[in-house]
Amino acid sequence: MEKSLNWREYVITRLIKASGYSAILFVALIFLFLLKEGLPALGEVSLSKLLTTRWYPIENYFGILPLITGTLVVTLGAALIAIPFGLGAAIFIAEVAPRWLRELLKPLVELLGGLPSVVLGFLGILVLSPSLRLLLNLPTGLTALAGSLLLGAIAIPTIVSIAEDALDAVPKSYREGALAIGATAWQTIWRVILPAARSGVLTAVMLGIGRALGETMAVMMVTGNAPVMATRWNSLFMPARTMTATIAAEMGEVANGSVHYHVLFLIGLVLFLISLAVNVTASTVVFRQKKRAERILS
Amino acid sequence: MTRPAVLKRNLSQRLGFSLLSLMTLVTVLPILAVVIYIFVKGSPAISWEFLSGFPRDGMRQGGILPAIVGTFYLTLGTAIFSVPLGVAAAIYLAEYARENTVTRAIRIAIINLAGIPSVVYGLFGLGLFVFFLKFGTSLLAASLTLSIMTLPVIISASEEALRSVPQSFRTVSISLGGTRWQTIRRIVVPQALPGIITGIILGLERAAGETAPILFTGAAFFLPRLPNSPLDATMALPYHLFVISTQIPEMPVQVQYGTALVLIFFVLGMNLVATVIRSRARARRQW
Repeated sequence: MEKSLNWREYVITRLIKASGYSAILFVALIFLFLLKEGLPALGEVSLSKLLTTRWYPIENYFGILPLITGTLVVTLGAALIAIPFGLGAAIFIAEVAPRWLRELLKPLVELLGGLPSVVLGFLGILVLSPSLRLLLNLPTGLTALAGSLLLGAIAIPTIVSIAEDALDAVPKSYREGALAIGATAWQTIWRVILPAARSGVLTAVMLGIGRALGETMAVMMVTGNAPVMATRWNSLFMPARTMTATIAAEMGEVANGSVHYHVLFLIGLVLFLISLAVNVTASTVVFRQKKRAERILS
Repeated sequence: MTRPAVLKRNLSQRLGFSLLSLMTLVTVLPILAVVIYIFVKGSPAISWEFLSGFPRDGMRQGGILPAIVGTFYLTLGTAIFSVPLGVAAAIYLAEYARENTVTRAIRIAIINLAGIPSVVYGLFGLGLFVFFLKFGTSLLAASLTLSIMTLPVIISASEEALRSVPQSFRTVSISLGGTRWQTIRRIVVPQALPGIITGIILGLERAAGETAPILFTGAAFFLPRLPNSPLDATMALPYHLFVISTQIPEMPVQVQYGTALVLIFFVLGMNLVATVIRSRARARRQW
């Protein structure tokens, strides 16, 4: 009895440990397969051809610059919307709203995070882009701006929930101390709470932008799918095409192992590396913050 | 302090707070508007035939049964793979792992998995499951792809739930002669169960609403029948909504709104269940 129990515990412990390590395995596998399918592209299309401004795969033009600028324009627009509104809402929920309102607002913002992006894209086509077209008097409402608005909405829940956690984690004594020496609630928020939660807020912003950068369906449905270089300020009001949308729109139609297939995987590899950079930076910021907090407390 | 200075301070505070509440309102109102709008526009389309029939006339008429069943199968398939693996990984992190470099690497890997763009998961699934393991464009390949994407949500939520169980519970169990695994299985996991279930539902909710990861791994444009093996391709609600709102000319708007309504009903229903479980467990908790 004793022996069989030990044996079972041993197996179970091993299995649990293996599951724990599986996350590393999956990240490695994803990286490996993107390399395996994406790197051949560099042999088939020279780097100088890739870094050109014409994306027209049917005639073997694989210039990815328009896709990169498209992603930049749409993401930048989304960040300009999501950062102020996301942080504003986070501060309101964490510091200003009474308890009952907070309990109401938090699930609502989570709800937005749960809405499938394809639903937002669908409303983007039927409601948002026609109104943009009328409102701004554009030839088409399917523009980078429509994409930015939707991506802003998609990034907001990420920013709100992480920033709200960070603000909430600021020790109560900071708040009490500031109020006790005569600061108003507003001054306490700006001069004490926000600086103390700085790195958490920064993490929230980074992960929110990361979320926007990687979003696919909504942005593919409303940006008009035109891989043109964004060169001027008014690119925001013209159709665009992001890296993610290009993969989603074209991968279904390419032959397995063709040049086009490899280039799309290469774009996926670039996206993977960007998200890796964003997330590793964000997590080291959090680790550093934790360490500093430990030092202060000890 | 002089009186005008105090007034100015109060004024700027009031202005600031109004601005913040206005921003929150602008953030929150569209969410309600979206849900209500889809409900109003979509509910006329809902009928028994719509929910239980097959698409007809190039999907412009008839029902969306294959998409509903497909999303149900995909969610179930995702659960089969991601729940055991995710909960076991969370148990490892919360109960076994020491704080060392390897554990930090695992945590960074989990954060990364959560941040990888969904379409990149699609590429990975295509490369590994569809081509390399030769599952083809199938329910199996799509479920596996979705489960890896869901894993970080389940792991983080379950770990948090396990960690919130007080240490004294473990100490007592061990002191009564329980082994580590017995303690985890009989004491810690049951106590953490509501939190774990909430995490699982939130993860599966995300999987149910995703389109990009299944685009090239398992989604079918149109199927005249239900999938009858894990190696069949399948229709799915989010992909179906994408198809009928972008690929089919002269699509009746009502069918589109109806499909969107069924999809958000599915997803928000799961969200609601998770919220209820969480708040009820919090109210009942004795520690």
